[in-house]
Amino acid sequence: MEVSGKSTQKIVKKGGNKGYTKSAASEIVFRVVAYIFIIAFALVCIYPLIYAFSAAISGGDAYNAGKVVLFPVDIQWNAFLSVIQMKAFWNGYSNTLFVTLFGTVWCMAISILGGYALSKRRLAGHKFFNFLLIFTMWFSAGIVPTTLNYWSTRDLFLSMGIADQKWVIVIAMGVAAFNIILLRNAFEAVPKEIEEAATVDGANDFQIMSKIYVPMSKATVATVALFYGISRWNGYYWAQQVVTDSLDWPLQVVIQRQISAAADEAAEFGITLIDGIYSPDAASFAMIIAAIIPIIIIYPFIQKYFAAGVNVGGVKE
Amino acid sequence: MSAKAMPKASAAEVEAIEKNHFKAVAHDVLRDWRLYVLLLPMMFFLLCWKYFPIASMISSFKYMPTTDSSFGGGSFTALWNGLDNFRYLFAQPDFWAAFRNTFVLSFYGLVFGFPFPIILALFFNEIRLKAVRSVAQVFSYLPKFISVVVMTNLIGMLLKSSNPQTGVVAGIIGGLFENIGVYDLTSNPGAFRSIYIISDIWEGAGYGSIVYFAAILGISPTSYEAARIDGASKMQQLLYVTIPGMAGTLVIMLILRIGNLLSVGYEKVYLLQQLGKAGSTWSTSQTVSTYVINVVMSSPSVHKGIGSAADLFNSLLSMFLVLGSNSIARKMSNTSLF
Repeated sequence: MEVSGKSTQKIVKKGGNKGYTKSAASEIVFRVVAYIFIIAFALVCIYPLIYAFSAAISGGDAYNAGKVVLFPVDIQWNAFLSVIQMKAFWNGYSNTLFVTLFGTVWCMAISILGGYALSKRRLAGHKFFNFLLIFTMWFSAGIVPTTLNYWSTRDLFLSMGIADQKWVIVIAMGVAAFNIILLRNAFEAVPKEIEEAATVDGANDFQIMSKIYVPMSKATVATVALFYGISRWNGYYWAQQVVTDSLDWPLQVVIQRQISAAADEAAEFGITLIDGIYSPDAASFAMIIAAIIPIIIIYPFIQKYFAAGVNVGGVKE
Repeated sequence: MSAKAMPKASAAEVEAIEKNHFKAVAHDVLRDWRLYVLLLPMMFFLLCWKYFPIASMISSFKYMPTTDSSFGGGSFTALWNGLDNFRYLFAQPDFWAAFRNTFVLSFYGLVFGFPFPIILALFFNEIRLKAVRSVAQVFSYLPKFISVVVMTNLIGMLLKSSNPQTGVVAGIIGGLFENIGVYDLTSNPGAFRSIYIISDIWEGAGYGSIVYFAAILGISPTSYEAARIDGASKMQQLLYVTIPGMAGTLVIMLILRIGNLLSVGYEKVYLLQQLGKAGSTWSTSQTVSTYVINVVMSSPSVHKGIGSAADLFNSLLSMFLVLGSNSIARKMSNTSLF
């Protein structure tokens, strides 16, 4: 605000040019509107999370009376304790960590290797392979064929002796054409001369890729890894469709089951305070907060990759 | 190389040339064998988990009462029944309602959801206090990283039905419009679309603004300076400098959006449907994908071939939308995604 105020003064002092003052006035109005709008939007974005946290640590009577609006009332930590002591919750957490870690590594390996090969126009059949990849962005198989396919994958894995259904999520899901194309475009942007020089020095394709191209495209590689990691952490529907063993459920499935079970119970038996201290809702809120905490912790570290990730460009080959 | 290019070449010569061409390609393939090895895992994934399901969409034309554990779930061995599945589907009023809902929901998403991040980016550009801007950006990107399960359950808790006092948003709405008298917004078909669109904006607008913000930052300040000297008001500067300056990005994002018109996030719709009483919001919330999930997948009387038919119909239409919007964009502005 200060900056614009000063410049206006300068302009006004200069006087004479009416156009200048006209634009300065409308700019100030616009700026004020911008500040109000942006601050309001930011608060709206963060409010539900603050409310969830406050509701999770508020006393049951105060919560049921609708006294919790922003800050917690009658603070209690029992709801959080009950979540921390829940075995299914931690089990879900470890499953999600497993799927996120191995799934991201698997998807990144496929995408980096494939993206690198596709970035070479000298590759015979280069157009055909590109088309096969891009076609999956235009046309998808839909719910029924995909579900049947995952089910048969699960059965196949079982017959191969892999009873752990998490591996189906890790291996069969997640690779996205869009991410491969992001990597391909980044590799294409590396100057050809570097590859030629490395070839003269006797390096082969594997070495050139891992020692030159990947390090030179660090920002895109990190962004794509971020995309994969997030989608793995958040995945719900297919995990719920494919994983029959409740011990293998990832966190999202556990949360959905627990919270809808609590809601059904409340609808059927009315709301009674747990241990006479907190509302069942507080337990649900506590679970929501506990599931978000890791995201909030790593958020500052991943934030700088957002901007790199949005340079979409074209998918054209 | 081809025979046409050299009309006088004899048959033997053509053969020799083609042989050489073949040799050259074979030589290239052999030279680049390492690249093909790198390509292998991706092709394996695409074939097993993208193209195999696409191939098994053949069951759209088959009667498939049971599924087995072979790949494709028996789609290839089931008996043909011609277009019966499509006939059945097109005779269902529920299917057409779902089809309509898909369009309406996407259309509202386009009308309200598309401009919002752009406006946000324009406003972000005006915030010169760095602290305010970065804090606001951190807050507004955050919802993007919250999982859809957590988000929908949070929505459910805020619009709580079991106790009118506790759903804080429902309370505010109830206070503002007393004649609504419906606190159970999660079971109210009239509220579904608003819930879906508003939560979409809440989730994605901040993150979506990044790409536009980057485009705005790319506009040269001298253009604004020139406009100012010509006496352009802020509104005129926006219309004649900023918007044309980010036109390329706008077109690309619009293509992406229109191309996805039929792929409404089924995960989110499905989860939002779970919040209210079973089936209570279906009249507005059922989309083609959730129709397949809720009706085909979960009722034993409807065989899977009908679900495949619905999927095929949906996928084909969305493909035409993607390619159509893309070619229109290419003709109009030389910007295209594919």
